[in-house]
Amino acid sequence: MAEELTRGRQTLDVSMLPNVTFADRSLTWWGTMGMMAIEAGVFALVIAAYFYLHSRSQDWPPGVLPPDLTWGTVNTFIFILSVIPTEWYRRRAHKGDLGAVRLGLVIATFVGMANLGVRYLELRHLNCDWSQTAYGSAVWFLMGLHITHLLTDWVETIVLTVLFYSPHIEGKRFVDAEENASYWYFVVLTWIPIYLVLYWAPRWLRS
Amino acid sequence: MIFSFISPMFPGHQTPLSPVGPQARHIEHNLLLIFSITSIVYVIVIAVLAYGVVRNHAREGFVPHTLVEDPEIERKATWIVGAALGLTIILLLVMMVSSFYTSHSTAVLAQAQAIKIDVYGHQWWWEVEYPINEQPYRMVRTANEIHVPVGAVVTIHATSRDVIHSFWAPNIHGKKDLLPGYENDLTIQVDQPGTWRGQCAEFCGLQHAHMAFDIVAQSREDFDRWYEQQLSPAPEPASSQAIHGREVFLTHACVMCHTIRGTTAGATVGPDLTHLASRSMIAAGTLKNTRGNLAGWISNAQSIKPGVRMPPNPMPSSDLNDLLAYLETLR
Amino acid sequence: MSEQRAALIEQTISTAEEAERARNLERIWAEPKGFIGWFKAVHHTTIGKRYMVTAFAFFLAGGLLAGAMRLQLAFPESHLMSPDLYNQIFTMHGSIMMFLFAVPMMFEALAVYFVPLMVGTRNIAFPRLNAFSYYLFLFGGLMLFAFFFVNSGPDRGWFAYVPLSGPDYGAGKRADIWAQLITFTEVSALAVAVEVIVTVFKLRAPGMSLNRIPIFVWGQVVVAFMVIFAMPGVVVSSTMLLLDRTASTQFFNPAVGGDVLLFQHLFWWFGHPEVYIIFLPGTAIVSTIVATFSRRHVFGYMALVLSLIATGFVAFGLWVHHMFATGIPQMSEAFFTAASMMIAIPAGAQIFCWLATIVTGKPVLKTPMWWVLGFFFVFIIGGMTGIFVASVPVDLQVHDTYFVVAHFHYVLIGGAVFPLFGAFAYWFPKITGRMLSERIGMWSFWLFTIGFNITFFPMHILGLRGMPRRVYTYPADAGWTVLNQIQSCGYLLLFAGVSLFLWNVWTSLRRGEAAPPNPWQAGGLEWATDSPPRAYNFLNLPTVNGSEALWDALPDQPVISGLHEDVREIVTTRIHDAEPDGRDELPEPSIWPFIAAVVTTALFIGSIFRPIAVSIGAIPLAIALIGWFWPTREESERRRRRDIWQKS
Ligand code: HEA
Ligand code: HEA
Ligand code: HEC
Ligand code: CUA
Ligand SMILES: [Cu+2]
Repeated sequence: MAEELTRGRQTLDVSMLPNVTFADRSLTWWGTMGMMAIEAGVFALVIAAYFYLHSRSQDWPPGVLPPDLTWGTVNTFIFILSVIPTEWYRRRAHKGDLGAVRLGLVIATFVGMANLGVRYLELRHLNCDWSQTAYGSAVWFLMGLHITHLLTDWVETIVLTVLFYSPHIEGKRFVDAEENASYWYFVVLTWIPIYLVLYWAPRWLRS
Repeated sequence: MIFSFISPMFPGHQTPLSPVGPQARHIEHNLLLIFSITSIVYVIVIAVLAYGVVRNHAREGFVPHTLVEDPEIERKATWIVGAALGLTIILLLVMMVSSFYTSHSTAVLAQAQAIKIDVYGHQWWWEVEYPINEQPYRMVRTANEIHVPVGAVVTIHATSRDVIHSFWAPNIHGKKDLLPGYENDLTIQVDQPGTWRGQCAEFCGLQHAHMAFDIVAQSREDFDRWYEQQLSPAPEPASSQAIHGREVFLTHACVMCHTIRGTTAGATVGPDLTHLASRSMIAAGTLKNTRGNLAGWISNAQSIKPGVRMPPNPMPSSDLNDLLAYLETLR
Repeated sequence: MSEQRAALIEQTISTAEEAERARNLERIWAEPKGFIGWFKAVHHTTIGKRYMVTAFAFFLAGGLLAGAMRLQLAFPESHLMSPDLYNQIFTMHGSIMMFLFAVPMMFEALAVYFVPLMVGTRNIAFPRLNAFSYYLFLFGGLMLFAFFFVNSGPDRGWFAYVPLSGPDYGAGKRADIWAQLITFTEVSALAVAVEVIVTVFKLRAPGMSLNRIPIFVWGQVVVAFMVIFAMPGVVVSSTMLLLDRTASTQFFNPAVGGDVLLFQHLFWWFGHPEVYIIFLPGTAIVSTIVATFSRRHVFGYMALVLSLIATGFVAFGLWVHHMFATGIPQMSEAFFTAASMMIAIPAGAQIFCWLATIVTGKPVLKTPMWWVLGFFFVFIIGGMTGIFVASVPVDLQVHDTYFVVAHFHYVLIGGAVFPLFGAFAYWFPKITGRMLSERIGMWSFWLFTIGFNITFFPMHILGLRGMPRRVYTYPADAGWTVLNQIQSCGYLLLFAGVSLFLWNVWTSLRRGEAAPPNPWQAGGLEWATDSPPRAYNFLNLPTVNGSEALWDALPDQPVISGLHEDVREIVTTRIHDAEPDGRDELPEPSIWPFIAAVVTTALFIGSIFRPIAVSIGAIPLAIALIGWFWPTREESERRRRRDIWQKS
């Protein structure tokens, strides 16, 4: 049939190529990668700005205590542990395992909720105010950026979870689930340097 | 050769191409070297382009094309392009080394025995302080006019009281920014007596255009005389007119912004007026220091320099006349 | 003979079946009709055209503002304009030209319109995002003008240094508006960057391996990467500025540990690459036009691609050359001088390759080619003065003078506007289906070129005579008057040149000769479809056998078959060798991107007045985004039936 359609010309038949593709074979994945590259750039520059401000000041943190370690560290552990269920549902998504992905997304929703809850406690123990010193501004800016990502991902996870319980299940949704997992990894991965900068840098840099 | 050809096209008291100090001279040489190299390269490139177009261009529309390039010609072209690129790299290296050398030579003036002058940028005027021997009682404060002895090494120690400004007297040296929170040094030397104009080069708001200053280079003796004179407080006014003028000054808003040493006026919002009459310009190079200009300025500076940080001062003309008479005594 | 080959890829409709398929595809891919339909459009040619028209309108507006400046500067101590108005005007001029004209035109407009055509696919990746990004760009520009007309135009220069733009010295909302303008344009540029990269990575025609990607597309990909790495600089600096102003953070306040140079570093981290973001598409146009009109493959394909990439990389090592006068350490001055001069190597490599193409080819002198010749003449002068300012000692003299103004107009207009007018002349037939008049085209070329040089050449001399930039007036005895007057006269010629161009477009659109699919007998895939292109771009998706797809086509160059033609399906290929890899379905037109853009605009503008607007606006935005991505039931069911999963 293809031959007829193209006037007897030689053709390249693509009808058997897959249309449910994952990771670097899917457009969505590349789109997510692009967004992550942009956001990683933003994080990197804000961290650079933090150290630049440090290089321009005598004492660091200026006249305040570094943020309290407890809640930040707790959150870091939650982030790291969350990788286990995430990786599990990401792999099951490749296989089209509906039950596993549904369960994984529900777990991810609760994990996000836990992160946000602990994040609230973190904010109360930063020991600085954004309007007092440039140090405080930098700390809150970094924190604010990460919270924005955490929140967006969380909302996205909820929407996706709802989709997975709706009648819209098809291949593309599993690709979306994988994307959701990659984005979560991004949130986790960026948190680690931010954690070190916010919580440990002031301790190490204190002379 | 190029030097003698180009420089006369740029006469004047505010141009990098009539240098009056070693730094500006080094920079001029560097500039002319780059100018020569790039001009020659430019002419060659355009000549090759013109040759290619004039010789080869198709005279009747789209010629039938082979679209297959001759490997022999391609190889030759590759060599030529490669050679041109090699030459480019060499020329760039030459210009780079010349720049480094120039930067180095403008920085080697002996800073140790330099005269140190503090310059503070304000919107939109220059506060100048001479802490020559660093004893507060011998400190001179003036505005918009910097006197230096000819041939002396002078370090301008610069910062800003508000936004970013940039100190630039092109006949003498390149510019240096005045940044809040930073202190920058600019070491200069003027070899020729005269008055050289400089201007703020960093956009600093409404009156960035009217933020100029003069550098007055004079012989050592003249400079010392000037310095001693600036040290003295304002002379007591003699005429009754001037005495009343001082009264006017001290009872108007002027005292909230200006200093006249020897009187109770001691504010630092605006320029120090103790020796106002000794300066040749007012309002940061905006107006000649004449009676008429002063009158206009005091009555309504806003109409001359819109946005300036000095309010209009309406007053009866007799008061104004007396005030002017007083200000003229501030030599 | 090669014409015959090309015809094999060219998409003529001659049989009944083909007509039937064409009708079918037309139905599936057509843009929605009617007033509401206008806001639902998602095809890349539609959006690309809108980008072009909008950005060009901004160019005209920026040019008119330039006229106002030239009028003010024609007389010393002129009181025509208050300093306040002048400051708004030059800031608007610079910001419009850079953020609303140059980047959106050279990158967004041209890439969105041409990249999908040139790589041989049916739409850009993420078409709805594309529509969204256009509306944001449009609204950002409109907001700027709205505030300008109520006397709240930004007035701190196109890079709005702190503390002048900070909370203490920048009263009113002007600096906030500048910062939000940046936000609008950066979001749209970033979105397009991602779309372009994914389109080129995954949607190239089979056979278009890395060494066969048209140079134009290479240029846009490099630019897309630069956008992704550069924009965060201005995202961060303008956000910090906004926070300092509205939420009393202290990033730039030296009294409590803030730093004024931090802003400059962040801004120029973006600002320097930005000038190459503007320039590289220009070079990509030059490569294309030079090849077509010299009737040969461009000389040194590899060298040109490597130059593009090298420029992209080195561009990130130059930002400090805008800050030489701030008193940074000598070591780093030396580094940034070296890097700035080194960037002349890839620039030179490109120039030499084009020269070689012209000298060994058979140049045809039509208007597009003339604009390219003008590019050589003008841009290289600007490049050379770039070398002047790269040298620290020279820059300390000419920094912030009219010499720099001359430098950047020579490179911006020479490196972007000349190629752009060339591109208009070259692709106008493709976009509109009409030929432009050669005669009027030549008139506008000469008027523009001569006017340009009269306007801007004297600026070099002015700068060396000590005239600083950004001054609303100057003393009568400074020796600057005559040169300024010459420049202002040159502006009249520029104005005439641009007006003639507009006239040419206007008359050609109405009475121009109809354009054949390939009027210049060029080699790119965009010429393998009707002028203007059909709603689905190509009847048969092509495959490719060389960097000039039409010239290099095999006698029996295959086309693609087997795609579902009742949905918007396309084929995806592998990154490196462009072997077919899968199929994907692109989304239908939708109103949601428009709604999301309206909500985002409200959020951005609201945040100028009340930071809380960000939190409030996030809720409707989330709703709009959910609407955007929510699938319909039929869609899901149809796809579920047809799904073929990848074997892992
Ligand atoms: C399209 C935009 C564009 C382009 C392509 C360039 C290209 C270059 N620019 Fe320019 N530049 C701007 C736009 C651009 N610039 C803008 C907008 C500003 C001012 C911003 C503001 O302050 O408002 C600016 C400012 C600016 C400065 C800061 C000046 C100052 O504020 O004091 C410097 C300093 O180094 C600089 C350098 C260069 C260099 C070295 C190049 C090089 O890339 C040029 C390379 C090209 C050539 C050299 C010509 C071709 C080469 C050959 C023919 C080979 C042979 C050559 C030799 C042997 C030399 N530019
Ligand atoms: C791509 C960028 C670009 C372009 C194309 C231009 C184009 C022009 N520019 Fe601009 N310019 C900048 C980017 C650009 N500029 C930047 C970044 C600055 C720095 C700003 C700052 O300091 O912050 C600057 C600054 C600048 C200054 C210095 C201001 C100052 O420092 O005080 C001047 C002064 O002459 C100037 C002039 C011009 C002129 C005459 C044109 C001409 O080429 C314009 C030609 C266009 C026209 C003549 C339009 C004709 C219009 C019509 C025909 C309209 C018809 C009308 C309808 C249909 C409604 N520009
Ligand atoms: C609110 C502050 C303020 C008040 C009140 C004020 N001035 Fe000024 N004055 C300034 C400032 C600031 C400048 C510098 C303006 C500039 O050049 O941009 C200035 C400049 C001047 C100058 C020029 C000095 C020079 O060397 O350039 C004179 C003279 C002057 N003032 C006189 C007066 C007199 C007389 C009065 C009162 C009748 C007065 N000022 C009231 C702030 C003030
Ligand atoms: Cu001070 Cu410009
Ligand atoms: Cu630059």
